[in-house]
Amino acid sequence: MCTVCGCSDGEVRIGGKAQAGHGALHEHGGAHAHGHDHHDHHHHVHESELHRHVHHYGRGPAGTSVPGMSQTRLIKIETDILAKNKAYANANRERLGQLGIVALNLLSSPGSGKTTLLVKTIEAMKATRDVAVIEGDQQTDADAARIRETGAPAIQINTGKGCHLDAHMVGHALDELAPQRGSVLFIENVGNLVCPAAFDLGEAHRVVILSVTEGEDKPLKYPDMFASADLVVVNKTDLLPHLDFNVEQAIANVRKVNAGVKVMKVSARTGDGLGSFVSWIEGARAMQLAGADVAHAVAGE
Amino acid sequence: MHEMAICESIRRTLEEQAAVHAFQRIGRVSLEIGPLSGVEVEALRFGFDVVMRGSIAEGAVLDIVECSAAAWCMQCAETVPIARRFDACPRCGSHQLQVTAGEEMRIKELEVD
Repeated sequence: MCTVCGCSDGEVRIGGKAQAGHGALHEHGGAHAHGHDHHDHHHHVHESELHRHVHHYGRGPAGTSVPGMSQTRLIKIETDILAKNKAYANANRERLGQLGIVALNLLSSPGSGKTTLLVKTIEAMKATRDVAVIEGDQQTDADAARIRETGAPAIQINTGKGCHLDAHMVGHALDELAPQRGSVLFIENVGNLVCPAAFDLGEAHRVVILSVTEGEDKPLKYPDMFASADLVVVNKTDLLPHLDFNVEQAIANVRKVNAGVKVMKVSARTGDGLGSFVSWIEGARAMQLAGADVAHAVAGE
Repeated sequence: MHEMAICESIRRTLEEQAAVHAFQRIGRVSLEIGPLSGVEVEALRFGFDVVMRGSIAEGAVLDIVECSAAAWCMQCAETVPIARRFDACPRCGSHQLQVTAGEEMRIKELEVD
């Protein structure tokens, strides 16, 4: 488990079923079974370092090593550390594109009103659109249950100790959820303004939600998240009369990290501004369908 | 951020590379980490040692090249250095910046036996 943020991928559950395939952590068990203690390992490493120094004076990058005297070699791999996630994300994106599904990755801190916003948005859209939801939380399927009450299909991913959804989990969730062609897919990420920023899920757009009960300086404190947003929704605006929150300052801070991003003021509770959010989603869906193979199939609705 | 998850991703990549290039041990791993990548280098070093235990990279030296960040300033129409995402252009003070460097999170090279 990550001592920084509690991140681990050993306990992922999708729709209540444990997921295989996140093996890296489990392999530690095999490592312990070797019976070496850590001291042994370090000792061994020092020995081999020493060994190399004896044979190779001034050994630097392998370009300077003498052929035939050492098997040490340098391999340039130039690989993005998150390349694996990126590959899964691209596969998800391709699959969603072929189905004409617009996927929106919803990100925020815990308690910003993501699920309430989703419930209200689904209620506003469900008469005309198929909507499906992937819910990410560390534990419980409470949020998926709230979504299902609207009649929309929802699947819960429990990340266990994990602090974010990754593209691999979302791929499995798509298998189970099987959203309709031409539908709108919401992926509600784990409430966290840090880790989910780095993980592409294959979504068409990222929507970051900032509630007015937080601080105006959130965009500056968590710039990576706000920098990655395609839309920022300032939520809970009905509470503004009771707060010192300066909306214009908050929006100015958003623009400091993401100059061109669209910002909307919404109260999911009263419905104020919700129409703009729905219009934006419709626009995103139209863009997703434009040029997609399924455009003709779903345009005739 | 989630440096442990990143280390696990590195470990998987190293194990795949071991199969491709047929090596048994990794003595040194070189990474390039940008200041805007969201990765805390000290946490990454800590996580690296822990996650690599029992792998072909156990005990490997971790080299981290911390590169610098830059952005394209739309007002000045040129590339300017920045340190953080919310920095203004050091020339004109505008926030109309598009980050062009600093988000790197790459495995550059491996020294292997």
